[in-house]
Amino acid sequence: MKNSLLLGAVAAAGLVAGAAGAGTLEDVKERGKLNCGISTGLVGFASQDANGEWQGFDVAVCQAVAAAVFGDPKAVEFTPVTNKVRFEVLNSGEIDMLSRNTTWTFSRDVDLKLDFLGVNYYDGQGFMVPTELGVSSAKELDGATVCIQQGTTTELNLADYFRVNNISYEPVPITTASEAQQQYLAGACDVYTTDASGLAATRAAFEDPSAHVILPEIISKEPLGPLVRHGDDEWGDVVRWSLNALIAAEELDITSANIDELAAGTDNPEINRLLGSEGTLGEMLGLSADWAASAIKANGNYGEIFEKYIGETTPIGLARGLNAQWTDGGLLYAPPFR
Amino acid sequence: MVHTPEQLAFVRTETLPAQAPPATAAGPVHWLRANLFSSIPQGIMTLIALYLIYSFLVAVIPWFANGVWDATSIRDCREQLDGARGGCFAVLSERWPQLLFGNYPSEHYGRATLAFVLLFVALAPLLFSELPRKMLWFTGLFPFLAYWLIWGGSIWVPVLALLGVVLGFVVYQLLADRSFFGAIIAGVAASMLFWVYLVGPLDSALSAIANISLDKVESREIGGFMINFILGISSMALALPLGIALALGRQSDLPIIKTICVVFIEFIRGVPLITLLFVASVMLAYFLPPGSNFDLILRVIIMITLFAAAYMAEAIRGGLAALPRGQYEAGASIGLDYWQSMRLIILPQALKISIPSIVNIALSLFKDTTLVSIISMFDVLGMIGGPILSSTAWFGVYWELYIAAAAMFFVFCYGISQYSQYLERKLATDRR
Repeated sequence: MKNSLLLGAVAAAGLVAGAAGAGTLEDVKERGKLNCGISTGLVGFASQDANGEWQGFDVAVCQAVAAAVFGDPKAVEFTPVTNKVRFEVLNSGEIDMLSRNTTWTFSRDVDLKLDFLGVNYYDGQGFMVPTELGVSSAKELDGATVCIQQGTTTELNLADYFRVNNISYEPVPITTASEAQQQYLAGACDVYTTDASGLAATRAAFEDPSAHVILPEIISKEPLGPLVRHGDDEWGDVVRWSLNALIAAEELDITSANIDELAAGTDNPEINRLLGSEGTLGEMLGLSADWAASAIKANGNYGEIFEKYIGETTPIGLARGLNAQWTDGGLLYAPPFR
Repeated sequence: MVHTPEQLAFVRTETLPAQAPPATAAGPVHWLRANLFSSIPQGIMTLIALYLIYSFLVAVIPWFANGVWDATSIRDCREQLDGARGGCFAVLSERWPQLLFGNYPSEHYGRATLAFVLLFVALAPLLFSELPRKMLWFTGLFPFLAYWLIWGGSIWVPVLALLGVVLGFVVYQLLADRSFFGAIIAGVAASMLFWVYLVGPLDSALSAIANISLDKVESREIGGFMINFILGISSMALALPLGIALALGRQSDLPIIKTICVVFIEFIRGVPLITLLFVASVMLAYFLPPGSNFDLILRVIIMITLFAAAYMAEAIRGGLAALPRGQYEAGASIGLDYWQSMRLIILPQALKISIPSIVNIALSLFKDTTLVSIISMFDVLGMIGGPILSSTAWFGVYWELYIAAAAMFFVFCYGISQYSQYLERKLATDRR
């Protein structure tokens, strides 16, 4: 009851905010800073170093957009938001965009009046159990206690999955990934379920990772991506194509090492259009000609960002999997820059 | 025959030195038998307790003794420990400033520390009546000074805010002879009008003449234990007078004032603090005109103050109810009006009775400030649960961080509780 009231209020306010803030790009340019909503802390995706600088896979998207708009990846104010308030904060206009491992779903897109602008990470929900439990499939989890984050799609997926398979479970609600790890290790729950990337990060931090297995079932599709409010398509385009520029850059072998060389002009017209030495793509977005080059320079192309924060060389050690380029059998497929 | 003294019967001239009692009736053996092994079940319980204490210490002492204080990540810690039990305290050495100050700019840590030290100078004359009363002047200045030190910006803003208070006081003094209550209302109104309409223009005018300012620090950058302190101290300081006013209002004979106070107190007490914090952080943005930037810390201070004031009012009402009716009548019989008798007779006694509950509220308020981590403010717990624990280097280091946070809170809460006991002893006039 309380929830639906809240959603109603959010939806109503979203309409108002959408109507009032028709020119987010102008607002952002005038302010000189991008207000970007990020997670309050998720290993590999958003965290702070000892100097208080935010970094991570989701943070890199904010920085790329800031670089596209201002040419300066540091022109971002990060607003960390929790699961529970993220959409309210976006709809209230406090932030310009949200890049906070948020799953793209029908109701969020349509009912909550949000615009998802692509996918920066294809995830799916999995289960982790202690090896000693001797479980080899999620279907054997009848009667298990499950640690699960509140207010997320994982909570709903879990209910769906167990109902379809006609097995029972007992949820142990938790709020953050670190709390989940603690509860799980302390034995408060038999199973920890969240997105597979989160499970991998959690398992990697264990003292003895081999004592825990990630079950083979992936029970949901979790396309995570940046989003903005409904009703401001010009601003939505800026964020969408900044993300696409990062993905296309990897496909076109544009890296932070060779971008300066390539930006001067190449034989490949697609690279030239993307980096601004040919065509007027930047102008169409209302940005400078080197917008995409700046976005790519911020943290490198998609592949470089992936390797830097969550890839196999990091302690998190995620494989590219679904997040490889379409040419490598993955799902990343940036529309043509033309 | 001459009798020498030696031949006389023995007469003792001095008392014998007392013998030590038998070992079973005194000393450690007696103490052990009396207190730890007085009966067989007692003895068994003692042994079990000793065993529990022993196994606790065996587990905990090596954990502290082996602790690693210098490492770059949790993996580094584990390598250095090489399988031994030990804490990874390196996270504290690396992230200590973040725990204390959040994302406060590191070049300005000195300012925040100075404000913290001055806080104790300002509190001292309030806490200990032996100190010279002139120090109260500094206490009065402190809120403005602390604001300037922590948030920075132009010095004229806090100076003008102070002027507003002075103006309110002058208005109060002028009208105080006519009516105490009316004078207070007029004084507050004068200060408010000054702040709302004159501070802005006067600030720009004065800054143009003499621009004295510190680097500005945004509220979002303030975090760590510092924000728990700012929220706790300022809400407490504001909630006490508001609570007294509400308690008196609830006992008032004037129906409108009484109704307002009762409704306010019952409403606030019926709503969880976390709800009020959500309202402050999320919903207020919908109600305020777009683009208006009402500082989040200020919003939260207001909400916590209102919350604490409602509880405070009930604690003080308890004190008021405990006073015998004769005290009110005594005040009336020597010709004091309502405000005089409240100030001089009723409140000093009622507040003294309420000290334990007021301190109780103060302590729980201080600890409740950690709830702001839920609305994405990085207080000490928010800092631990969010940015620090989610960094790839320190993901998984819980006990060390949370024990450090617990220790910080314990030091201050225990201090407050010891002070309140000292105060109760000092004010215990009726039992002397």
